[in-house]
Amino acid sequence: MKKTFRRLPAALAFAAAGILSLGSGAAQAQGKTITLCWAAWDPANALVELSKDFTAKTKVNMKFEFVPWPNFADRMLNELNSKGKLCDLIIGDSQWIGGAAESGHYVKLNDFFAKEGIKMSDFMPATVTGYSEWPKGTPNYWALPAMGDALGWTYRKDWFAKPELKAEFKKKYNRDLAPPTTWAEFKQVAEFFTRTIDGKKVYGTYLFTERGSEGITMGVSNVLYPYGFKYEDPKKHYAMDGFVNGPDAIKGLEFYKELYKCCTPPGLTNSYMGEGLDAFKSGQVAMMMNWFAFFPGLYKDPNVGGDKIGFFVNPAGPKGKGSQLGGQGISVVAYSPNRAEALEYIKWFASPDVQKKWWALGGYSCHKAVLQDAGFKASAPFAGEFLTAMDQVVDFWAEPSYAQLLLAEQKRIHDFVVADKGTAKEALDGLLADWKKVFKEDGKVK
Amino acid sequence: MIAAEQLALRAAEATPAPLLRRMRGLSDRAIAWLFIAPTMLLLLAINIFPLIWTVRLSFTNFRANRPNAEVVSVGIDNYVSVLTDPDIWGPMQATAHFLFWTIALQTLIGFTLAYLIDRKFRGHGFWTTLILIPMMLSPAVVGNFWAFIYQPQIGLFNYAVSFFTGIPPSSFEMLGSVKLSPWAIIIVDTWMWTPYVMLICLAGLRSIPNYIYEAAEVDRASAWRQFWSITLPMVLPFIMLAVLFRGIENFKMFDLVNLLTNGGPGSTTEVVSITLKREAFEKWRTGYSSALAIILFVAVFGLANIYVKALNAVKNR
Repeated sequence: MKKTFRRLPAALAFAAAGILSLGSGAAQAQGKTITLCWAAWDPANALVELSKDFTAKTKVNMKFEFVPWPNFADRMLNELNSKGKLCDLIIGDSQWIGGAAESGHYVKLNDFFAKEGIKMSDFMPATVTGYSEWPKGTPNYWALPAMGDALGWTYRKDWFAKPELKAEFKKKYNRDLAPPTTWAEFKQVAEFFTRTIDGKKVYGTYLFTERGSEGITMGVSNVLYPYGFKYEDPKKHYAMDGFVNGPDAIKGLEFYKELYKCCTPPGLTNSYMGEGLDAFKSGQVAMMMNWFAFFPGLYKDPNVGGDKIGFFVNPAGPKGKGSQLGGQGISVVAYSPNRAEALEYIKWFASPDVQKKWWALGGYSCHKAVLQDAGFKASAPFAGEFLTAMDQVVDFWAEPSYAQLLLAEQKRIHDFVVADKGTAKEALDGLLADWKKVFKEDGKVK
Repeated sequence: MIAAEQLALRAAEATPAPLLRRMRGLSDRAIAWLFIAPTMLLLLAINIFPLIWTVRLSFTNFRANRPNAEVVSVGIDNYVSVLTDPDIWGPMQATAHFLFWTIALQTLIGFTLAYLIDRKFRGHGFWTTLILIPMMLSPAVVGNFWAFIYQPQIGLFNYAVSFFTGIPPSSFEMLGSVKLSPWAIIIVDTWMWTPYVMLICLAGLRSIPNYIYEAAEVDRASAWRQFWSITLPMVLPFIMLAVLFRGIENFKMFDLVNLLTNGGPGSTTEVVSITLKREAFEKWRTGYSSALAIILFVAVFGLANIYVKALNAVKNR
């Protein structure tokens, strides 16, 4: 008893100190501001809206640093490499994960996830592999899947519904005019729509051709994957001969060039997401490749949205299906002085209720509570296509040297497709040599 | 007593006695060093130190995006790689093509304009101001609006060409064609910087004393003879100076190319500064790009020195 009494003041003191420290922690968090860095695009605006709930709940203010896509990688990777403290949280591209993990830019989240009961099995597997893991296929998590994305297609539903065009198409191709499901069908539709509609010259399709960052690679991959291109031998890491430059890959690359030559508007020789949106919104093209992230905004567009727009998944090729993975995970920057608040944000963001609101506001949740909800497919006209696309995604290399690998492909593909230099075989042989050189410098191949 | 002297006197009076005693002990040379020291330190910090650091990095395998990786010396490997890399010679050729044609066109048109403006016709002041406008614009603005002007479907350029030649406007792409894109950049650079060359040439033309022409007229020299024997030789150092400035600037050309074509289509317009930026800040091959930067620096520095010697020889003729 005496012992208890003697210990009581100490216990009370500990309890008081604990309560005070909790209070002071909350007080410290109150009025604190954390900065979230991301690209400047439609989903970022939705995230600003969503984050107001976080501030209301925790009293931690949110600041945002959004950089336009063409400069996003340059700006943010410079920030990380210089160990800058601008960003507490970063929604970085999926390909950065290897470099950011190995260079110590991101905080490893395994212990935090375990402590807070955040389970990766609650998220769609492709997004966990694509956005969170490094090395790939291992349970080492550096980000929480934040924004699911893949490449998809929009089409002018109103043009496809024109009776005279339907009849003409049926007569010419002996099948109904409908969104294409294979690349062979796609080419027919694209050629068919390169014509005059309502007195205006229009074109069959819009394709990515941008040279500087990642555009043409992100575009051509959607043909290469279904044609049989693979980054490496599935049984042996970094064994690329015959997979990168095999006959199937060569046919795929030639096909992308054929599409570019036959059916895209003139002048779009260095064009990516923004130019695609412009081309589609101005009624220049019948079908446009772009990221699903833009589809909510396009659906709301007063000129081409609503009943006039339809969506379809990347067509299949001779060797199957495949769509380029987009999207990003959210990570805590290792140099942030506000790590506790940044982790608090991730904990809040991972909750199913917040994820549901995220989807409702225009963000693409990766949480199974949202995606496997019975009403998900009917919740938006592109929701079903999004799910299908996410089931067939393939991502670019996520190695620490991803930028070198990416720029090599940008050059080789642009040289062949846009600048008419050499053959598809020469382009892919050159790409293979470039990639081997990079991996050799990295000590990953001999 | 004039104001400057009064000010100096007041400053001397305000100098604290101990400092004054110490200053009295300094020689003129020491005081001169004292005054230029801040500038020298600043120059050392922002020019010389980075240069030395770049030289050091060029002998290593350092990558700025891998702070945790071991940095080892690779000797002259980076220099050998640059000089034997076939992908470097394409940008070198693109740079040489761009340099030659921009300098030739800007010198020719700039001098012609200066010669015409120097005639002092009615309204020449207005025309001078108008001609100077392009060089006052930001290259970012120029790059963006010329990208619109060159747009094959809505751009003014294609419509103008179509109007004069009858070729359909959408049938050619200035920025997307391998043959035309280098010329598209040359046209924009010439449009923007010819006024600069004109201004230097105009200064040269206006520095020629009138009495030389009066003497020539007394000797019944024709206008053509006056041009070849007086105008051109006397304005030549100015033209050479303009060529030097434009040459150095265009060797470093980045902004216009980046905005207009980003080096494309393919690698057709990839000038060497675009390559350097890609190697250094996109591929993060810091050691390799440092070697490339040093090679370019030595090339420009060497050529500029030879050129300045030639310029001095012309001036002293």
